[in-house]
Amino acid sequence: MEIVNVNKENFKEEVINSQIPVLADFNADWCGPCRMLRPVLDELASEHNDFKIVSINVDDEDELAREYFVSSIPCLVLFKNGEEVNRSVGLKPKDEIESMLGGN
Amino acid sequence: MYDVIIVGAGPAGLTSAIYAVRAMKKVLVLEKLNYGGQIINTLNIENYPASPNVSGFDFATKLYNQAKDLGAIVKFENVIQIKNGNIKSVITSKNTYEAKSIILATGSQNRKLGLENEDNFSSKGVSYCATCDGAFYKGKDVAVVGGGNTALEDALYLADIAKNVYLIHRRDEFRGDAATFNNLKSKDNVKFIYNSNVTKLIGDDKLEAIEITNNDGNKENILVSGLFVAVGRIPLNDSFNELIKLDSAGYIKACEDCHTNIPGIFVAGDIRSKDVRQLVTAVSDGAVAATSAIKFINEK
Repeated sequence: MEIVNVNKENFKEEVINSQIPVLADFNADWCGPCRMLRPVLDELASEHNDFKIVSINVDDEDELAREYFVSSIPCLVLFKNGEEVNRSVGLKPKDEIESMLGGN
Repeated sequence: MYDVIIVGAGPAGLTSAIYAVRAMKKVLVLEKLNYGGQIINTLNIENYPASPNVSGFDFATKLYNQAKDLGAIVKFENVIQIKNGNIKSVITSKNTYEAKSIILATGSQNRKLGLENEDNFSSKGVSYCATCDGAFYKGKDVAVVGGGNTALEDALYLADIAKNVYLIHRRDEFRGDAATFNNLKSKDNVKFIYNSNVTKLIGDDKLEAIEITNNDGNKENILVSGLFVAVGRIPLNDSFNELIKLDSAGYIKACEDCHTNIPGIFVAGDIRSKDVRQLVTAVSDGAVAATSAIKFINEK
């Protein structure tokens, strides 16, 4: 599944109401570690259909960033049934992100 | 069997890879996380000769591609142990590799304050990188803790973004650069708090205040949304701290030729004991360490 860009308008539909777990990637263009993480997330997204990955640009979507208390990026927040169940901050290797997804 | 195994794909490690492959050596670079090292956190590199305003990410990506295109092999595996011998071994979490020589370019990482709930507030008010996270604190009150150049530079950067910046230092004067300090003193919204430590992080879902304790034991709470920690760095020496001679702070001692106390094992970049840790000194170590390693292999 390809990574979907999410904003305030489609957040509820794409994340809260999703039938499968959602990994939300809070990022920004100016953030080097975020740019480093993106190809890893693209890889994960293409390999898995049991969850989806969405991208949230914190500069454009500062309300969403505030609502979920994101103050360091890259920040990955895992949602299940609309609720945050796990969170990872900073650049992480692929297997660590996979285990974060599998461990829930 | 490789001619050279390089541990760490930051600027020092990747530069040494370029020099070694250009000398026709078989080179493996092992990296636990991302190529580029800490330079990827720098938005714009402003002091690298002849390349003003290149972003840390772009610099790292160009360097990585250059090393790979020239023939270096890069694998993303965490090195657990280095073993000496006529043939040296590098043990990762997945494999064991053998080499005639090794270059250690593992770098360092941010030191934490060591407070009990520090990790819980990571991404919820506690940050280790002002230029990365400063933008989240526009018009808010923040604190910086530390006494070196990084703390001063962080405070200066944040002074233009945040409402008030409290700069907390455990001593009564700063170690950092005098020019930066003078610049900071001219900012009306920067408040200096000397002889004090941050002793508690307070807040429910996110950071709301910090408790500071001064050297007389007096405690005070300061309301801040963000705390930027700049209390130094720790060397990443786990895989070789029993093999290689280190200085008292845990960095590798080496002379001008970047040779460690073990024949055939070299050091480059921030993990080397030195006064100036900059991108330009990291890449220069990379060139020197590779050249020394090549000489060592050829003379054997």
